[in-house]
Amino acid sequence: MKVLLRNPRRTVEVSGPATVNVVLDRLDIHRESVIVVRGDELVPGDTMLAADDEIEVRPVISGGALDREVPS
Amino acid sequence: MKCRACREPAVIDIRRHNANFCREHFLRLCRDQVAKAVKEFDMLRPGERVLVAVSGGKDSLALWDLLLELGYEADGLYLGLGIGDYSDESGTYARAFAASRGARLIEVDLREEYGYDVPTGARAARRAPCSACGLSKRHLFDKAAIDGGYDAVATGHNLDDEAAVLFGNVLHWHDEYLARQLPVLAARDGFPRKVKPLVRLGEREMAAYCVLRGIEYQVEECPMAEGNRHLHYKEALNQIEARSPGAKHDFYFGFLARASERFRDGIAEEQGALLSCERCGAPTPSEVCAFCRLVEKAAGAQPVTIGRRGAHR
Ligand code: SF4
Ligand SMILES: [Zn+2]
Ligand SMILES: [Zn+2]
Repeated sequence: MKVLLRNPRRTVEVSGPATVNVVLDRLDIHRESVIVVRGDELVPGDTMLAADDEIEVRPVISGGALDREVPS
Repeated sequence: MKCRACREPAVIDIRRHNANFCREHFLRLCRDQVAKAVKEFDMLRPGERVLVAVSGGKDSLALWDLLLELGYEADGLYLGLGIGDYSDESGTYARAFAASRGARLIEVDLREEYGYDVPTGARAARRAPCSACGLSKRHLFDKAAIDGGYDAVATGHNLDDEAAVLFGNVLHWHDEYLARQLPVLAARDGFPRKVKPLVRLGEREMAAYCVLRGIEYQVEECPMAEGNRHLHYKEALNQIEARSPGAKHDFYFGFLARASERFRDGIAEEQGALLSCERCGAPTPSEVCAFCRLVEKAAGAQPVTIGRRGAHR
């Protein structure tokens, strides 16, 4: 399956079928630091993804300066 | 994975609450947590007008949406910071959200109105970009809120942000910051009230909220944010949280309930001696405020280019 990663934007290929959690483990990505999106839906960790699925793994940790008045 | 409330399939797990939620119950949880924070810390009263500091990112757009959902009269303020494509894109998300909700978005463009952008102003004033940026934001949000007669400025700081800042402030014992790290700062002469209604929600929840509400937001990081130390604090706290869910919540809310008061003695005297800026009238400890000095230094400076297409076209 195609996995879109962000910051910077790039795509990697992961073999499937596999659950979201397995895909994240294979990419060595911590579950709590991302959300996974397919199309416009949020997919939870136990969802089985097909070999031809396309997903986006979106980081949720914003690193901008926190003395900033407007967080991201 | 089933929803704790209705046993339907869940879309998100929240380890801190040791529970999973379906879309409907998760959105309800977010609204309830904001309503609870607002009430607990007396942030806003019914009928008050709020100005939301909107960056185009997940937190500020989720905050705006939640306040509108809860029935507040909430307008947005977006500042054009001139940070290359990052700013251009962020602005489109803010505008698209406002249009979709029929909400009012006020826009202030730094370059158009004050003759500089963040990268240029930072270099001209020999400040770190985030410092020049933060100074500009504070000044312009305060001004817009006072000029527009708003009762409060709301920012999208979430639990992860507040816990990371607290961690840094404790690590280095910045007691003057600890004294002011509160979810509400009351209005005082010339400054509007500041509120942080998202303090009971984590950043993963805010990203999920946006996806579930169909809110498109700026996912990329600001190119000036690199090497920020708060990111390391967040990573450290997330490791602790992974082993002990709820640790961030306990750290932050424990501080508010049990320790925050002890740091507050110092701030009263520090607040005493404010003048009004000779140029713009803003409250300031010196004759000319830091913002006006930044504008002055940046005037006529060679523009700094940033982003794929550059900041200035
Ligand atoms: S990361 Fe720094 S420069 Fe970028 S928007 Fe945030 S405060 Fe401004
Ligand atoms: Zn449910
Ligand atoms: Zn001034």
